[in-house]
Amino acid sequence: MSLARTQRSEPAELDSADRRIINRLQDGLPLVESPYAAVAAEISLSEGELLYRLERLLEDGVLSRFGPMYHAERLGGGLTLAALEVPEADFERVTAAVNAFPEVAHNYRREHRLNMWFVLATETPERIDEVIAAIEAATGLTVFNMPKQEEFHVRLHLPV
Amino acid sequence: MSVSTCPSEPMAATVSDGLDDLDRALIVATQAGLPLVPDPWGAVGKPLGLDGNEVRARMQRMQDSGVIRRVAAVPNHYRLGYVANGMTVWNVDDAHIQRLGREVAAITGVSHCYRRPRHLPEWPYNLFVMLHGRSQAEVESQAEALRELLGDACRDHRILYSSRILKKTGLRLARRPGPPR
Repeated sequence: MSLARTQRSEPAELDSADRRIINRLQDGLPLVESPYAAVAAEISLSEGELLYRLERLLEDGVLSRFGPMYHAERLGGGLTLAALEVPEADFERVTAAVNAFPEVAHNYRREHRLNMWFVLATETPERIDEVIAAIEAATGLTVFNMPKQEEFHVRLHLPV
Repeated sequence: MSVSTCPSEPMAATVSDGLDDLDRALIVATQAGLPLVPDPWGAVGKPLGLDGNEVRARMQRMQDSGVIRRVAAVPNHYRLGYVANGMTVWNVDDAHIQRLGREVAAITGVSHCYRRPRHLPEWPYNLFVMLHGRSQAEVESQAEALRELLGDACRDHRILYSSRILKKTGLRLARRPGPPR
């Protein structure tokens, strides 16, 4: 996935078919033999049109990804949210340094003294501390590690 | 935050033991995305020597066990017009956070709700609630509803808006399966 694509942020123009696709596919693809044909039939599109539009929505960065959403901890992996206080003048350098770690699954700039917030997903829980140490070494900054202690709710659905 | 999302059952660290090398190969093959072809299962299985039905059965098993949450589209909030994405953080009395966390989670519009550690003195907030709106005013009115719900148990809160996606790739495993755990 190219950076240019993920960084696009202006609202996209979506027609009714795009909206039906986005709303339907946030809920999940059925694991049936011809899954796209099944979903297309539900939302009154042909399979070809669904696939064409889905590809375009991904290329245009309207969808950041389409596929299985894996649960890091159930894969035996580690997961955490971490934050950095990045000096403005150094923001681009630190962004590049942090993003270079494959364990950084996503990274957002947020408007606060702690202005960089990223999620680390590692293959083992022990790796989290190693990656944090490596990020501190690469950036020269202190990482605030905020692993979840309790989960009350998770279900992202953005209707359009 | 697609990678952090999961059902709220208790964590089972040993579930991964149920995955074999082919499951892991399937994970590696699909973590960038599912092929956009009429038979995605067959397309994923072919280089691994699996037929589509076997791939589908394995994916179903992983979905049933919670390793896969679902096979779904992950939207770019901004591109959908959700330009105000606020990570609201709350300093909630530890004695009440379990009950209040569950009540907050039930509010419409809340996508993620977690308890996380404070880092005193810099960071006093222990309840993280993600809110998404088409304007900051929309997020602020959602936050106001949360503030009323939390009442006296909440000493302070902040809304941290995301102003740029710096990276969003989701979970990545190494190409080669690791040793059995």
